[in-house]
Amino acid sequence: MIYLYSFLFAGFVCLIGQIILDNTKLTPGHITSIFVICGAFLDTFSIYDKIIAHVGGGALVPITSFGHLLIHGALEKAADFGFIGLVMGMFDLTASGITSAIVFTFFFALLFKPKD
Amino acid sequence: MEKKVYENLVSQHKPTETRAQNAFIAFVTGGIVGVIGQLLIEFYSYNLDISTQDASVFMIVTLIFFASLFTALGFFDKWVTFAKCGLLIPITGFAHSMTSAGMEYRKEGPIFGLGSNIFKLAGSVILYGVVSAWFFGLLRLLIMGG
Repeated sequence: MIYLYSFLFAGFVCLIGQIILDNTKLTPGHITSIFVICGAFLDTFSIYDKIIAHVGGGALVPITSFGHLLIHGALEKAADFGFIGLVMGMFDLTASGITSAIVFTFFFALLFKPKD
Repeated sequence: MEKKVYENLVSQHKPTETRAQNAFIAFVTGGIVGVIGQLLIEFYSYNLDISTQDASVFMIVTLIFFASLFTALGFFDKWVTFAKCGLLIPITGFAHSMTSAGMEYRKEGPIFGLGSNIFKLAGSVILYGVVSAWFFGLLRLLIMGG
C-alpha cells in the first residue's frame, strides 16, 4: 500500500510542478526553489513529518523534502542551543545529499566529456 | 481578420493537449521515481539491517549517484526533455542540474569554470531553502518554543 501512496504523492508533486511550468513563465529553477520553500513551510508545523509517516519514500524523493530536512536539522539543534542552534544544525541532515552531489559531479565532470 | 481569429483559436486550443500530456507524463515519471525511492529504502533497511531513516539517506545518495552518472553519460538530458518536471522535481533534478553545469563549464578551467559554476543552477535551491528554513525555524522558535 505504501508503494501506491509513494507513487501518488511523488506523482502529485511533479504534476503540480509541471502545471506551473506549462502555464506560467517560471523556469524549473523557480519551481524547485518554490517547492523547497513549501517543504520548509510545511515542516514548520510538522505537517511534512506526518506526510512522510504515511507516504514513506514518495515524500522523501521530491525536492520538498530538501526544505523539510533543512529545517528539521535546524530545529533539532535549536532544541539544545536556542537561536544559535538554527545556524548550527541547518545542514545536519542534508549534508549527505549535498556532499554526494558535489563529489559525484566533480569526478564525473572530469571523467566524462560532454557530448554536443 | 478572420485568419487572425482562426490563428488565435488554434493557439488557444493547441497547447492544452500537450499540456495535459506533459502533466500526465510528469505525474507517472514522478510517481515511478517515488516508488523507486521507497523500494530502495526497503532494500537497504532489509539487507543492511539499518533504520528507515538511515536507509532514506542511502536512497537519496543512490538516486543522486545514478542521476549524476546518467547525466555525465549523456542520456539523462533526453529523459528530462521527455519527462520534464517528473525528473526535475525529484532529487534527481538537483543532481542533474549540478552535473550538467559542471560538465558545461569545465572547459573554462578548474577554478573559474567548474568551481565557480557548479552551483549555477542548484544554488538557488540551497539559497532559498536555507533562508526559508532559517526564517520558518525562527518563527517556530518564537511562537511554539521549539
